[in-house]
Formats: sequence, C-alpha cells, structure tokens
Amino acid sequence: MASMNDDKALKEFISESEEIIEELYQNLHAIEDGVAASKVDPDLLNAIFRAAHSEKGLAGMFGFSGLQNYAHRLEDLLDRLRLGKLSFTTVVLNQLFEAVGFLRTLIGDISAGKPEDAAAIEARIAALDKVLEGGNEGSGSNPFEGVAFDEGLLGVLTEYEEYRLKTNIEQGCNLFKVKATFDLMTFDQSLDALTKKLKELGELITTLPSSEPAGDSDIKFDLIVGSEKSLEEVDASVSAEGVSVVEIDQANKKKKPVSDLTGAIESFLNENTVVADRSDDTGVSGTIRSVSKTVRVDIEKLDKIMNVVGELVLHSSQITRFAEKLRAEQGSSGPALPFFKASRALERKLRELQDGVMDTRMVPVKQVFDKLQRIVRKEAQQVGKEIDLEVHGGETELDKLIIEELGDPLMHIIRNSIDHGLESPDERESKAKPRRGTIRLQAYQRGNHVHIEVADDGRGIDLEKIRNKARERKLVENVDGLKDDEVLNLIFHAGFSTKDEVSELSGRGVGLDVVKKNISDLRGLINIDTELGRGTRFTLTLPITLAIIRALIIEAAGRMYAIPLSSIMTSLMIEPRQIRTVERREVMEFRHQQGVQTLPLIRLDRVFGLARKESAMQTGDMYVVVLELAERRLGLIVDRLHGQQDIVIKSISEFLRNTPGIAGATDLGNQQTILVLDTAALIDEATRGA
Amino acid sequence: MSERVPKKLLVVEDSATMRQMIAATLGQVPGVEIAQCASGFEALKAIPRERFDMVLTDINMPDINGLELIGFLKGNPDTRHIPVVILSTEGAQRDQDKGLSLGAAEYIVKPFQPEQLRATVVRHLFSESA
Repeated sequence: MASMNDDKALKEFISESEEIIEELYQNLHAIEDGVAASKVDPDLLNAIFRAAHSEKGLAGMFGFSGLQNYAHRLEDLLDRLRLGKLSFTTVVLNQLFEAVGFLRTLIGDISAGKPEDAAAIEARIAALDKVLEGGNEGSGSNPFEGVAFDEGLLGVLTEYEEYRLKTNIEQGCNLFKVKATFDLMTFDQSLDALTKKLKELGELITTLPSSEPAGDSDIKFDLIVGSEKSLEEVDASVSAEGVSVVEIDQANKKKKPVSDLTGAIESFLNENTVVADRSDDTGVSGTIRSVSKTVRVDIEKLDKIMNVVGELVLHSSQITRFAEKLRAEQGSSGPALPFFKASRALERKLRELQDGVMDTRMVPVKQVFDKLQRIVRKEAQQVGKEIDLEVHGGETELDKLIIEELGDPLMHIIRNSIDHGLESPDERESKAKPRRGTIRLQAYQRGNHVHIEVADDGRGIDLEKIRNKARERKLVENVDGLKDDEVLNLIFHAGFSTKDEVSELSGRGVGLDVVKKNISDLRGLINIDTELGRGTRFTLTLPITLAIIRALIIEAAGRMYAIPLSSIMTSLMIEPRQIRTVERREVMEFRHQQGVQTLPLIRLDRVFGLARKESAMQTGDMYVVVLELAERRLGLIVDRLHGQQDIVIKSISEFLRNTPGIAGATDLGNQQTILVLDTAALIDEATRGA
Repeated sequence: MSERVPKKLLVVEDSATMRQMIAATLGQVPGVEIAQCASGFEALKAIPRERFDMVLTDINMPDINGLELIGFLKGNPDTRHIPVVILSTEGAQRDQDKGLSLGAAEYIVKPFQPEQLRATVVRHLFSESA
C-alpha cells in the first residue's frame, strides 16, 4: 500500500517504530510505581496509548496487517485503560511490557525481511483479548450537568479529554480556565512554562487555542485545569503578564469552605446534607461526591484471600475434630467442653467469612452478555441477516473467573447460530417465518449451578447431514449404529464443520470441540436440543464458583477422591447382587422422586485404568454415589464414604491435566493430597447417547 | 485551473513517516504545494503566517489535538473558509464525528488509499467554489 515504495520509506518506518517502542518502554517504566500504588499518571498513560496508536497507523500504511492488528488490539486495551473502562493492575502492566516486547520482535522480523508469523500474532492478540475482557463500561450519569462550560468546549474535547474532565469533576476538584495571551513566535516556550506550573497544581485537562481575536502577532489559549487548590492559590502561582484565571462554576458542587471556623461548621453541615441528599436521592443528587461505593479489586488478590480462607477452614475442621475427640475422652467436665464450643464458634465464623469472600467474587453475567450483544449486531450486519437478540437473566451471578472464561465459548456458539443456525431473511420468509431471526440468551440459577442458554429459531441441526459428514470423514466407526444424541454430539468432534465451506464467521480456526473443552475446563457441561426447521438450543451448565467447594470424600480401590457435593444427588448403600450387566455395562435400578431408571454405573479404578490394591478388596456392602448434572445421572461405585469437607481445588500438573475425569487436586489438611473428580466429564463420558 | 498559482496544503501530522507518505502521495498532484507541521503548535504558528487553501490534520497529536485545531480554524474569521480534512485511524468514530460537527469537510481513514487521498485533496482545492 505504501506509495513511496522503496527502501527509504521502509527504513523510515522501522526507525520511527523503534523510536515508538523505546518511548513505550520508557513510559511503562515510568508508570510502574503509579500502577502499584493505584495512582496512575493520566498523561503518561495517554502518551503510551498514543504511541500504540501511531504504531498501528504506520503499520497500516505499510500493509503489515499482522503488526497493524496487534497494535490495534493493544491500542484498544490502552484506550480502555485511559478511559477508566479497565482497571490498571500490575497484571495488566506485565501484559503491556510483554506486548511491547512482542512489538519489538515484530519490527525486528520486518527489518530482517522475514514474513509475518500469523499464528504467533493471533495467539498474542488472544492474550490481549483476555485482558480486555476484564473491563466494565463507565457509569451512565452525566457529571457535566450544572458545570458552566463555555459553549463548544465539550465539542473540541476528544473522548479521552472528556473522560479526564469527568474524572476531575467526579473527584470533587475545582475547575479553572486559565486564559493566556502569548507572542505567536515564542508561544510554545511560554506555554510550556505555564503548563509545568499548572501540572504541579493539578491536572491540565486540555489546551485550547482560543478563537478570540488576538493581536496580529499574538495568540490566545484557554487551558482547562482541574485542581483541589482554590482560585486564589491557582491565581497566585500562575499569575504573570498575559495570564489570568477564572473558576468554572459547578452548580452541583458544594463550595469549599472559606474561613476556618465557618469552614468547619459548613463542612459539618455539608457532610450531613450529603447524607440527607442520598436518602431522598432521586437520581440527581445535590452533591458531586461519588455516589458509587464500589472498590475495584484485582481478582488475584481475591484468589489469595480465598486460598487462605480455604486453608483456615481446613485447619479449623482439624481443630474441631480434635476437640470432639477430647470431649469424647474427657467428657463434659474440664476444659474439653469450652474448647469444643470455641472450635465450633470459630468454624461458624470462618464459614461466614468464606461466604463473604465468595460473594465478592460474584459478578453478573450481564458483563459478558453486553459484549455479546455488540458482537451480534456487528456480525449480523456482516452476513446480511436480520437478528434480534433477546437477553434474559443478566443479573445472574457467577464467579468472576468463570465469567472471564465464558466469553469465548459463548461468542463461538452465538457465531455458530448466526452463521449456521439462522437462515437468510429471504429463506425465512419462504418458510413462513418472520424475516428477523431471534437469538435468545438466557441465564438462570438452579441450586449450585448456573445455566446459560443460547437458543435460535433457525433451521435446526440436520442429523442426516451430520451422519453423512461423519461417514465421509470417517469420524467414528459405526455411524449407523449411533443414537440421535450421539450423532448430535459429533458436532463437538475436532474439526467438524457442517457447512461445506468454512465461512468467514465461524471458520476462525476454532471449532465447537474447543468450546466444549473450554466449558469442561470450567467443570461445566454442554447440552444441545435441536428441532429441524424450528431451531437449536445450546445449554451450558456451570458451577457457580471454582474457588472453594463442599465435597464428599470417598474411597475407591484403595484411593481417596473428592467429589463436588453440588453434583451429587444421593448416596446409596447397595449389595453387589443389585448390579446387573447390560451390553457389557454395569447398571442398577435406581428409584427416585421422578420414578425408576436404569442407572449406568462406573468404577473409578476402571475409568482411570488403575490396579485395585489388594488390601482394598471388599466383598460386603458397597456404596453408589449418584451424580446428577443437567438431568443426566451416573452412579459411582465406591468402597467407603469419608464424609463431607470444604476443599480448595488446586490445579495439577500438565501430566494429569489431560486425564478426563480429574478436575484437580486438593489438600485434606493432614498433609494428604487427593484428586478431585470432574463430575461433568465423568457424566458426559458415561451417559453419552444414553 | 486556468491560473498557475499553486494551491497551498498544510499537513499536520506528528508521525514523520506518515508525513512523508502523504507528501509522496500528493507530490504527484500538479499545482499543489505542501507544507508540513509535526504538531498542533507548529500549525498554530504557520497558519497566521501563510495563506493555506486547505488543511489536512491528524486528530491524535501530543500538544493540541486535531479537534482543537479545527475549533481554532473555524472560530477565526480569517481562517473559517479553509477546508479541513481529518486524517485519522479507524475506530476514532466519536472524535471524527466531533470534527465534522466542528466544521471539518470530511475525514479520511488511515491507512489511506493514495488515490482516495489524491482525489479528496483535488476536490477541495480545485472545485468550482475553491
């Protein structure tokens, strides 16, 4: 695309890029301390943003699309940071350092004449996207109300300057307009000196060249400044020839008290007025104090607290066990009883603490839904389909970490619906359907799980087509022997695509197999219901949190395992003769409220291919733990039940991570580490097609 | 286009590479003289000194931004008539819209197509009313 298509231009590009990267590094280092102290210098951040912005523009001009895309995503991230839509944590800072390092690599490659490594760039973009997802949109209130700006001021501010202005107003700063008249030839030096002084007093929000007539050799500027200082103080420090200061009236702002005594009285009154104002708040409060009582916290900090609390709970239950033992031995006389009571009280309070911490991690799914809404709008346009997106249950809460991981899979399912599910307007009309297709996004909680449905009223999934494709691609051996459910499940098979041509929209290198993997990594489950000609519904069943859960500790084949209580329906004691074998699978009759069913059974030693320990051979009674998830049930044959316990699930090494059926490991508090079963995966594996 | 007085175009853009690209693209248009400024401040100095027939400006610049420059040009009776074209990257929709409402004639999105830039400049410099 470059029109000065020679080496000179390319060299120019590379050297400017190198300058930009250098500047990025310097500014990132300069901002580092601010980030740690949660007090980021907005000017530095804006400079960082501008550097990424320039790099994007340059890359685009030279047709380096990979570099352009990457810089673009980086720019998006920085834009959200500078507009306060994303909190600037040390995690984000590290990402930025990495990103700049990657930019340097890309420039190095270009300079060495290497082709762009599209896969590496994609991966890096995905990493940035992950950071981007953690944001939230700004509040909808209008802090500018009642502020006496000159007409047109807001019109010349960029979105960023507008945001800085808002921030200053919301923080209760005074606003000043500093008017300066300088000689046209030397104004930059004079302005520079003035700017330095103003930055000591507060924040220089914008420098506007004034259209007011100035002499032939003069130029006038209006500088908008936010500061906690009074008019007198600002005036005293900047006053010079040609410089004057006026305060910008903020009708909604309480005037800062003047003298000490009246000040004290006034501020007392003000504070009380503030309370009164809040109590009869009708949306427009008489104060510009921030009404929001929200504190932003890095999720990693919560994770740490959560882990500590989890461990405390474990220690506490050990103490309780010890207290119980003492009491059993020594009776209710002596110190055993008060010790027992104290340990119980401790346990209760810890439980409250745990609930409280858990609660702070919960965020409404609306955060993801909002993003999806934007995507639907954009993509529907791209493919020329008319789509209404209905959203229900956005207030349903899920663990923040789950919410973050949910964006991609949901987006993919929705893209799949837009692309494959919904018909074109004309096709819909010919089938007597409304021209506009509907996608319904719905979330609701059932017990310890949250269900998220993505339903469309499109063409539905044609099982015959899947069967044909499966035969063609030899995805499985006996296609004709498969039941409908099993056939439907083939769409989660790696590399499966029902459209002959992979379309631009969903053909982004990710298949539904990845979606399924993402969801099972969250210990969730996907179900599909489809009706030909009527539509398809994907239902995700997810645990509310991954951080800490109540589990049943069981023993099977001489090994202990933890099973999340949330997916246990009941436990039964059975005799070996109750187990029957049907089609080489062990099953038993299972009675429950809804009736009687044939319950498929599994044995963990067989699932994991373990040898039974000799000592564990049992002939007498055994137990069946009945797992239930999304109305699918499975019985787990175990030797012993060891009671319930709260567990903190820790991730495990790469080696075991790929073992289906294992969610992680947990420490039982007595230096004993056991595996936690991934019930969703076990159920899915055993009940497929049942 | 009968008279041979060259038209003066002011390019305000902080990236040196970008300025060169623009100059290279427009250098092939006969009858156009290009002045370059690397910042809004430079532009503020240059504008009263010379009579420009058109201004092409970036939005995101370190000292004053392009919107403020447009506000200055359009608020000043001496410069109000000068057509301003915004040259900015995609995604800055809000700022582009603001530029238009401040009186900019149109905007071009970077990376620009050389033909498009040439056509836009020719249109504003050599149209009947210019």
